[in-house]
Amino acid sequence: MIFLAEWWDLRDLGNPVGKLLELLGDHGPDWLPYVVSAMVGSITIVVFLLVSLLAFAWVERRLLGRIQGRLGPNRVGPWGVFQSIADAIKFVTKEAITSRNVDRWMFWSAPVLVAVPVLVVFAVLPFGEGMVLADLNVGVLFVIAVGSVTAIPIFMAGWSSNNKFSLLGAMREVAMLISYELPQVLALLGVVVFAGTMRMSGIVGWQDEHNTWLIFLQPLAVLIYLIAGTVEINRTPTDIAEAESEIVAGYHTEYSGIKFGMFWLTEYFAGFAITAIIATVYLGGWTLWGLEEWVPGWIIFLAKLYGLFWLFIWMRGTLPRLRIDQLMGFAWKFLLPVALINIFVAGLEVLIWRENDLAAEVVLPGFAIANLVLAGVLIVVWGRFLGRARPSWRPARARLVKELGAVIYGQES
Amino acid sequence: MSVDLGHYLIVGVLLFSIGLYVALAKRNAVGILMGIELMFNAVNLTLISFSRFVSPPTDVSGHVFVVFVITVSAAEAALALALAVVVYRNRETIDIDKINLMRW
Amino acid sequence: MDDVGSVVAFWMLAVMTVGAAVMVVAVRNLIYAVLFLILSFIGVAGLYLTLSADFVAIAQILIYAGAVSVLILFAVLLTPRAARDNAETFLQVPGLVLAALVGVTIGAIALVTDWNEAARGAFPETAGAIGEALLDKYVLPFEIASVILLVAMIGAIVLVRED
Repeated sequence: MIFLAEWWDLRDLGNPVGKLLELLGDHGPDWLPYVVSAMVGSITIVVFLLVSLLAFAWVERRLLGRIQGRLGPNRVGPWGVFQSIADAIKFVTKEAITSRNVDRWMFWSAPVLVAVPVLVVFAVLPFGEGMVLADLNVGVLFVIAVGSVTAIPIFMAGWSSNNKFSLLGAMREVAMLISYELPQVLALLGVVVFAGTMRMSGIVGWQDEHNTWLIFLQPLAVLIYLIAGTVEINRTPTDIAEAESEIVAGYHTEYSGIKFGMFWLTEYFAGFAITAIIATVYLGGWTLWGLEEWVPGWIIFLAKLYGLFWLFIWMRGTLPRLRIDQLMGFAWKFLLPVALINIFVAGLEVLIWRENDLAAEVVLPGFAIANLVLAGVLIVVWGRFLGRARPSWRPARARLVKELGAVIYGQES
Repeated sequence: MSVDLGHYLIVGVLLFSIGLYVALAKRNAVGILMGIELMFNAVNLTLISFSRFVSPPTDVSGHVFVVFVITVSAAEAALALALAVVVYRNRETIDIDKINLMRW
Repeated sequence: MDDVGSVVAFWMLAVMTVGAAVMVVAVRNLIYAVLFLILSFIGVAGLYLTLSADFVAIAQILIYAGAVSVLILFAVLLTPRAARDNAETFLQVPGLVLAALVGVTIGAIALVTDWNEAARGAFPETAGAIGEALLDKYVLPFEIASVILLVAMIGAIVLVRED
């Protein structure tokens, strides 16, 4: 990328930061640039998340309203744009009720701890070229590991609430989380098989180098990851643990005020995290087939992130909620075998490619078409024949009352 | 002051002896399992520190060994907890002081 | 490893790990003991990172703090009438003596022996090397480990079935 190294070239956000660190290094002690660079990165990520949260809380409510045939919030400002600020003020000023027999330490620390893994995930995601807070060698594995740690604070929240329904909700939630970790891992591994590296910036580099997006090469994996990610962050259609008509509000029943605000915030941040991972790994990250020469890479990345989040909001407004047994059956009987077959086929394709040393321009479109056909065939065949539980009785055709020979009072004649 | 192999080995030994005490002295079966997991962690830490400080630079055998130890310990934890749940179903307790007759 | 960052990280992580392990012994509530165990696992993962074992550190967090801890918490949940006060058995004093003796012995051996430490640097990247070793030199233990996992899964399901 031909970025100028001047500090005002905002296409690479490292340029202004580099200038600041240079100034600090000249006028301060040796360790100051090191500490300040880490702080700048972390604060930037948190500020970005909070600003996106403010914007997208409003977007979600307006969009859900329009999907459901009503206006969204429209009173608090022109078109209701200050609604998220009103929500934030509500969360901060509401009384944070603590019941009498809760387990103090766990009750107070659970909302804080549940936000930690979600924030940490953003450290490995590349927002642009070289704009990664921590470019780990094992970036994909880090994302998976941190996602699996979120089960513990959820369990802490449910346990400490001294409420049977909270505990049930937490247990259901943890069961859902650990069931959907496996398809999530296998879907991400399909990407790693093609890219040959687990480093996030390496995966984006592979997509840039071969001039393709991995969504074309792994359509089944991106669908599996989309579904598994939706379950992991508890959005409808899978928000069993926290919807109002379900088990009261699941593991955060007893939380109110800013503690509930932390749970609500974590749900949005986790939504941004999942969309950021899909945008990086499957949609090419900050590259857009050469457009990143003029438009800054991080704007392209944010556009992809927000576009995918719009897709999540659309799913929330359109799909009905699933029951817990339907969800678990779907994970173990459909997503897991299909993800295994997908990764087997991906490995086979990469083996054929490497062993015969074929040219990438010939082979990749062939793989894309083959994978697309495989995805369609697998979904249809598996769903039709193998993935559905057989009901033990089949509902009979509805019979008309007069067929049964019954008499309707008021019409005897 | 630099950190070298001896420091890591002492941390490993401390973890191992604390894990051994927990495995020997706790009454709840799940507590005993926690001690066993602490001992596994201590062993893994020792293996990795030897691999870092003593092995040749291209030898990852220590890391492979640790991957296998983690795998086997996870499998064994699953089975031990399944056993604890089944014993609880039959005896209504998992206090090892009380589960001392094979028959009743 | 002599730079300030590594030394500070090692001491903080070591104190956190061993402190959490001591709290597993000392705290009087089983759920708190499990939470301190999770903290100890995360501390050990941090120590792996100071030893530049990146793959093993992430695997430790994924498997221990993510899965084994959930397993232990579910086992505590599924045994509601068991005592949850983390008490010790009547063998606690002999256990303490034995653990102290084992610790002192192994510690003395570890410090006295000359381990032929080479002044070598950190391994650059372990994930690829571990993958190659697992499929090249250690393929037989790899396959046997997968069979062990399958057997453990089937065994646990069969044991807990309510037939």
